Amino acid sequence: MSVQLWTYIIVGLTFALYIFIAIKSKAGSTKEFYVAGGGVSPLANGMATAADWMSAASFISMAGIIAFSGYDGSVYLMGWTGGYVLLALLLAPYLRKFGKFTVPDFIGDRYYSQSARLVAVVCALIVSFTYVAGQMRGVGIVFSRFLEVDINTGVYIGMAIVLFYAVLGGMKGITYTQVAQYCVLIFAFMVPAFFISFQMTGNPIPQFGMGSTINDGSGQYLLEKLNNLSTDLGFSAYTSGEKTVPDVLAITLALMVGTAGLPHVIVRFFTVKRMRDARKSVGLALLFIALLYATAPAIAVFAKTNLIETVSNKPYSEMPGWFKNWENTGLIKFNDKNNDGLIQYQASKNINELEIDNDIMVLANPEIADLPAWVIALVAAGGLAAALSTAAGLLLVISTSVSNDLVKKIINPSISEKSELWTARISASFAVLIAGYFGINPPDFVAAVVALAFGLAAASLFPAIVLGIFFKRINKQGAISGMLAGISLMLFYMMKYKLGWLGEMPEKSEWWFGISPEGFGTIAMCVNFIVSIIVSYFTSKPPKEIYEMVETIRVPESIK
Amino acid sequence: MNSKKTKIAKLYWKKNLQYLFILLSVWAITSFGASILWKEWLDQFYFYGFPVGFWFAQQGSIYIFVILIFIYVRLMNKLDDTIDEEFNKSINTK
Repeated sequence: MSVQLWTYIIVGLTFALYIFIAIKSKAGSTKEFYVAGGGVSPLANGMATAADWMSAASFISMAGIIAFSGYDGSVYLMGWTGGYVLLALLLAPYLRKFGKFTVPDFIGDRYYSQSARLVAVVCALIVSFTYVAGQMRGVGIVFSRFLEVDINTGVYIGMAIVLFYAVLGGMKGITYTQVAQYCVLIFAFMVPAFFISFQMTGNPIPQFGMGSTINDGSGQYLLEKLNNLSTDLGFSAYTSGEKTVPDVLAITLALMVGTAGLPHVIVRFFTVKRMRDARKSVGLALLFIALLYATAPAIAVFAKTNLIETVSNKPYSEMPGWFKNWENTGLIKFNDKNNDGLIQYQASKNINELEIDNDIMVLANPEIADLPAWVIALVAAGGLAAALSTAAGLLLVISTSVSNDLVKKIINPSISEKSELWTARISASFAVLIAGYFGINPPDFVAAVVALAFGLAAASLFPAIVLGIFFKRINKQGAISGMLAGISLMLFYMMKYKLGWLGEMPEKSEWWFGISPEGFGTIAMCVNFIVSIIVSYFTSKPPKEIYEMVETIRVPESIK
Repeated sequence: MNSKKTKIAKLYWKKNLQYLFILLSVWAITSFGASILWKEWLDQFYFYGFPVGFWFAQQGSIYIFVILIFIYVRLMNKLDDTIDEEFNKSINTK
């Protein structure tokens, strides 16, 4: 059977499964729509969180990014896993105990202020929209590559499916489809990794294979060989980096804190029963995420070594079939500058003749390693599962922010349960349309800012939540001014140093403290903390009920 | 009864903060310490084919994060249980 046929079969089957689950778990109340009724088991929630968290970027692009940046890629590995430690220890159990539906719910109640709630809603919407714009495009790209349809058609198909199960089932529908999507995506990611690890090193476990010797009898370690190959071509050694230490620290911390502050991740822990379930399900979520994140750097090493050995200084005419296939999609570009018919893949821009897209490392890996057609089809289904699950989670947070935080809590508190549910469904539909619009007409800045969603979350929501739980003395003036200071500073830095909207695009040497826009969330977060604390101490104490409320969320259900 | 409750709640929170302090220190040492600040120095040692600092950055830190959360889950579940017991005792002796 051909790859194309396999792809249709496997993708078709998985989609049928998602739709079946969605129909089975239609939401009947706002509680079911927002938090799946609040009775999801820690295991199911762990899987759902993992699928929610791992987007098309984690599945398709991350291994490639690491392959091309070596040690520098570690910031993503640590940043996007380390945040879960913060979630489990500092946020999830207390927010669960608080027991409402959203992050702005918590901030609005804890800081006894509608303005605080509004600021939190705006921050949550900015963060979620920055993030979802990239996801819809991702859905389109995956569809177009594997099903050979136009990218826009891909976006429409993706929108239709997400619309169907997010609007119908709300959080309940999303949770159980995400469980299925996690199983699909992790299977799809691991199978090729086992094969390739075994081929290259004789050890099927990729995490061990990465540190083993190569299978060619030379007794050389794989990483040593890759370091040599890289330095020979003028790149820096694979296991060392090019970024400065302060920048690596700042980016890692910004990604960690941002992860813990992303509304669509936090909201997942409102769906379990008790505090202890929230802690456990963060642990399980990270375990499931770690499976993929610990495998990605191994895939990066295998794929990079394979790639250099296949192309470097080899005649273009003798390239294998996959090279030509991916050349057609534009993901590989070859330009024979010196007309010698050989491929020069070098660090120096003047000599280099080959341009390779990051995504190829995961997408083309099964072909490069000559794996069977069904494995290639499986990777397609996995990529789609990753993209759809993340998009759905984000859309749900956006619709909840509108119907619960804006309409129910601020604009029209007397709204009936039934109308609120309808508002939620309608706003979910609108969110899908807006996200789809961005997917079809991506503004050039989308790709550039997705990574900054973390900086924005770190700079705005994370400090307000943590201070709200751990410092009773923080009052509304403090929290509001802190959030505003943090998010405006981050937006300013992003516009000036990443997008170049304010005057000319400055040089890297002008970065504050040598910190890149990706890492600036760390600085903006510190500013938020400092402003919140100072302003709080210069203004009046929060009311007595707030002290009591904070004491209540700190202890388990059995005490209070 | 109420003061008893408050007292238990206070003890619980204090214990929780201790756990947080220890676990978050380990979190910071593995990620910011071993994987970034001391990476260069650790790289002179090898663990199979891995330079040690590099291993921490791309493998070890992830495993340690998972382990840290599960340690916290265990510690807190135990603490929750002892508090439940204390509580029942105080009701029975009343």
